[in-house]
Amino acid sequence: MSEQRQRPIQEYEREPVPQEARLGLKSFVGQYAGEHVAGTELMIGPLFLAAGVSAFDFIVGLLVGNLLAVLSWTFFTAPIATRVRLTLYYHLEKICGRKLVAVYNTANGVMFTVLAGAMMTVSATALGVYFRFSMPGLTDTLPTGPGWVAAVLLTGALFSVVAAYGYRFVSRFANMAAPWMVLCFAGFGVIGFRQMGLESVGDFWRVASTVVWKGGDPMPGQVKFTFWHVMFFAWFCNMAWHIGMADLSLFRFARKSWYGLASAAGMYIGHFMAWIAASVLYAVQLHQDPGNTAVLPGPLAYRACGLAGLLCVVIAGWTTANPTLYRAGLAFQSLRPKSSRFKVTLLTGLVASVTAVFPVVTMKLLDFVALWGMILMPMGAVIFVDFWILPRLGLRGNFAEVSGRSINWAAGLAWACSMAICALLVLRGGVQIFFVSLPGWFVTSLLYLGLSWWMQKQTALAVARARLPEL
Amino acid sequence: MKRLAQLLSVLALAGTLLPPCLFFANRLSLPATQQFLLAAAALWFVSAPLWMEHKTGN
Repeated sequence: MSEQRQRPIQEYEREPVPQEARLGLKSFVGQYAGEHVAGTELMIGPLFLAAGVSAFDFIVGLLVGNLLAVLSWTFFTAPIATRVRLTLYYHLEKICGRKLVAVYNTANGVMFTVLAGAMMTVSATALGVYFRFSMPGLTDTLPTGPGWVAAVLLTGALFSVVAAYGYRFVSRFANMAAPWMVLCFAGFGVIGFRQMGLESVGDFWRVASTVVWKGGDPMPGQVKFTFWHVMFFAWFCNMAWHIGMADLSLFRFARKSWYGLASAAGMYIGHFMAWIAASVLYAVQLHQDPGNTAVLPGPLAYRACGLAGLLCVVIAGWTTANPTLYRAGLAFQSLRPKSSRFKVTLLTGLVASVTAVFPVVTMKLLDFVALWGMILMPMGAVIFVDFWILPRLGLRGNFAEVSGRSINWAAGLAWACSMAICALLVLRGGVQIFFVSLPGWFVTSLLYLGLSWWMQKQTALAVARARLPEL
Repeated sequence: MKRLAQLLSVLALAGTLLPPCLFFANRLSLPATQQFLLAAAALWFVSAPLWMEHKTGN
């Protein structure tokens, strides 16, 4: 953590990270462990249970899916990051051109805004424990009353003002809170399992498979989750970061590419332990009151850990909403660089607050996260092909930079067509959104390869024709 | 002072982990567990800034 904080103020936004600014393994372990124990884990864990998952499918699916995510960071993202050492945005600009990066930033900004909204929703549920206003149920899509609207807007406004004013303060606070939050999540799990009747570690599997994750039908409005759903969800829930290459910006500081393995700290603490703990809390609620299917992190945490649990919900939501809003603000600000970051972040926060009022995104968080991966993943495929494959076929990488174009249509069309094909597969082909990004990656790669070959051939022909009269 | 703050932080983390374990082992009631957790949280957020801020030079 200390090494990470010693990162120089110079962020090397448009140049490779030099030797002296590179960081050791510990920085990345701390970063991932802190970043992936977030407020949203308290929503995601229960939603697995609502999807009727069985204990084997859930636990083994998480183990395998998280392993695949770690391997994706290690073998997809980090090797390119440590060779090129540029931010995602600058790298994309070289490949795709300035205008296409602007489109990417818009998509990224929208997704970050909605995610920040989900985190506001999570924190607002903590207020509901005390003020006892009507909170949304699992199938609710619209606000449940003025109390809910006021709580969400108040939470959102506070988060937005802090994100606009004091990003660095909350960032430091988040790092400080991380060790406590991790143990608090562990406490949720231990208390939850005890409340479900687990009395000894040796009895774990019996309780897990017959009392907690019993399998069976999903709750109304939820998709039935099998091993494959869990595995693909765990693998792809951070797809925008690993296969989508967003973490190029992070790993460009890594001394070695195998530091990608540091992501295991985030995956197995945040996306394994924390999801299991949150899921158990929901199981306790269903066990005590089968009619209460609402997934509300505030009451769930309060029942297990009391006020400390509520504090954990608020802090987890706040500390993750803050950088998310900041990133969204930066993405939008990049479209109009002269605009004030303060105003853009504030405006983004207000939009996020409005989306947070509608519980549909939060209650469908699993689908939203899968959609996010599907939308941003194609740019990762473009970067992968551009870096590893094009040069081996005698084609030029970084085509926008080399040809001086503001838009590389090969990348743009590959992205758009891939999203259209994925959407078609989901809407008409019966493929669930949790799986579609895998074929989508291959579709984007092949399209980008083919279109790059065709475009570069046309460009070479045009150049040859232009030179012809000179001969 | 810094050493004391670090010691208190370690105690706070232990106080976050141990009560749930004692509740699991039927050695502590749930209300008592929750009170210990709240006290541990307060101790952490009072003690951690004292040495974490020093450590990072912020």
